[in-house]
Amino acid sequence: MQLVVLIKQTFDTEEKIAIENGAVAEDGVKFILNPYDEYALEEALRLREVHGGSVTVVSCGSARAAEALRTALAMGADEAALIAQDGLPDDGYAVAALLAAAVRELVPDLVLAGLFAVDRGAGSVALQVAERLGLPHASAALKLTVEAGSAGAGSGKGAGDAPAGAAGAQAPSGAAWGGGGGRIAVVERDTEWGVETVAVPLPALVTAQQGLNEPRYPSLPGIMKAKRKPLRQLGAAELGLGADDLAPRTERVALLAPPVRAAGRKLSGTPAEQAGQLAELLQREAKLF
Amino acid sequence: MTDTANRTALVYAECMDGKLRRVALEALGAARRLAGDGGAVHAVVVGGGPGAALREAAAELAARGAGVVHVVDDPALAGFAPEAYAAAIGAAVAAARPSVIVLGHTAAGRELAPRVAAAAGGGHVADVTAIDLGDDGGAAAVFTRPLYAGKAFEQRRFLPGAPQVVTVRPNNLPVAEPVAAGSEGAIAALPYAAPPLWTVVRGIARKAAGTVDLAEADIIVAGGRGVRSAEGFAPLAALAEVLGGAVGASRGACDAGYCDYALQIGQTGKTVTPKLYVACGISGAIQHLAGMSQSRVIVAINKDPDAPIFGIADYGIVGDLFEVVPLLTAQFKRIFETPGA
Repeated sequence: MQLVVLIKQTFDTEEKIAIENGAVAEDGVKFILNPYDEYALEEALRLREVHGGSVTVVSCGSARAAEALRTALAMGADEAALIAQDGLPDDGYAVAALLAAAVRELVPDLVLAGLFAVDRGAGSVALQVAERLGLPHASAALKLTVEAGSAGAGSGKGAGDAPAGAAGAQAPSGAAWGGGGGRIAVVERDTEWGVETVAVPLPALVTAQQGLNEPRYPSLPGIMKAKRKPLRQLGAAELGLGADDLAPRTERVALLAPPVRAAGRKLSGTPAEQAGQLAELLQREAKLF
Repeated sequence: MTDTANRTALVYAECMDGKLRRVALEALGAARRLAGDGGAVHAVVVGGGPGAALREAAAELAARGAGVVHVVDDPALAGFAPEAYAAAIGAAVAAARPSVIVLGHTAAGRELAPRVAAAAGGGHVADVTAIDLGDDGGAAAVFTRPLYAGKAFEQRRFLPGAPQVVTVRPNNLPVAEPVAAGSEGAIAALPYAAPPLWTVVRGIARKAAGTVDLAEADIIVAGGRGVRSAEGFAPLAALAEVLGGAVGASRGACDAGYCDYALQIGQTGKTVTPKLYVACGISGAIQHLAGMSQSRVIVAINKDPDAPIFGIADYGIVGDLFEVVPLLTAQFKRIFETPGA
């Protein structure tokens, strides 16, 4: 099974954010693999253990993002591709265009990505990639298995092979490269209405929610091996994309520090007195009730 | 001056369990502002199968300023198949030809907006917490959104000519107010041909009835490592129930296995902006503060007087949460049970 994982390098979540000259200061900042992308990568590695195949990690960013790809290779990914764009348009549209072009070349059976990146927090790019490639998606996965597919999923088998519960005909994935091997992804996903179990035909894109797995740490041999694994650099031109394809749709006009929040007051007295005061303050002063 | 009169805003009005969500009315309020005085506002409500109570939702949207409410009622929309829902919005886009599309930044909205934006070749500004119209009636509106879960904010705008997709964070923008009687919008069924369905919903383990969703909760009672066990969340749940709020947690509590990751608030996890946030046994790691420091009123209850959470709390109680929280619950029970209080 060909697995592709979209990854992004982000600030460590313990980092404070300082704004200097209209930009986020990066001096001395610890960069990490976006935590949600770690879940995605770990899941891809586990799927490879079960189904065989290979795991390719793809990132779009500055040259520094190669560090995150090396980390992914050290965790066990087979290959990496960096779409290094200095002066990358600061817009999800362009990033989605680049990633979609790179993924298409890799003809994956399954694409994994984090639910969102802890820096921008939009959670938009991966699903834009799915739309561009005609891939079904299942978002916020808490559990993921790949199974033999149901009718219409490209296996050429009859509906008798459909797993129980997959009522009705399931349309095949819209991936232009075929692929998927007639299999489906069964995903338990986190939604606001409960944990929902869905089945989508491969090739598909699945985003990883926290709780999907416990990502492994890179081992020392893993780190040594990672140095010899292929890390390709890709440019927009090689991906067949021109300036028009990458024209940003949005732009940043300002970067702001959050409103400063001062410490309020600590209450005093016995616990019962404090509870009484607090209820009173929330009612009368904060006017909440 | 730009062509304000030609602006059209389309709202995806999300329903849950057959009811219009509050965030749908917040999105409608945003759409009305973005359309401007001379602009048109359309809404689309989507659902399927028996029991789809779309008419009531459509009527409410029409009464709150949607000039046209498109109703898509189709069996393909009975379960949440994102491709089918995105296609329903696509049908509304074809009918309304909007300059801007507004959705809630909810579980469903977050899945649909990127597909709608990519299908239209447009941009997506996600998780918007404030909108500044500028001086030309919405055409060059500036959208404020958090970065690093609220450690910073950015303001973005769409570049000219790009289709615009915006998702608005629940609880941050005012809901659309009712319009004068007699000026309600029109309601019409929208023709819809379901796309080939990829997604088969096999089952849903629904949340317990009456559970308040974290993202939309007005009040959150959250526990950290100080809660010490899964059972330790019981007094927090009791307080949340009395207050009509939801229970949340810090990463520490989730990592320790005291509760489900679905409850996690922080830079990893959910970012929340309730009216009242009660942090119990939460020290206040920076990644947690990022997810909740925009709450209107913050209360901290912690044994450690030096816990960083006190640095951003409006009201702090240094003490044992297992002693203080039940006292608070009792206190509020008394208040709410006293007529005229």
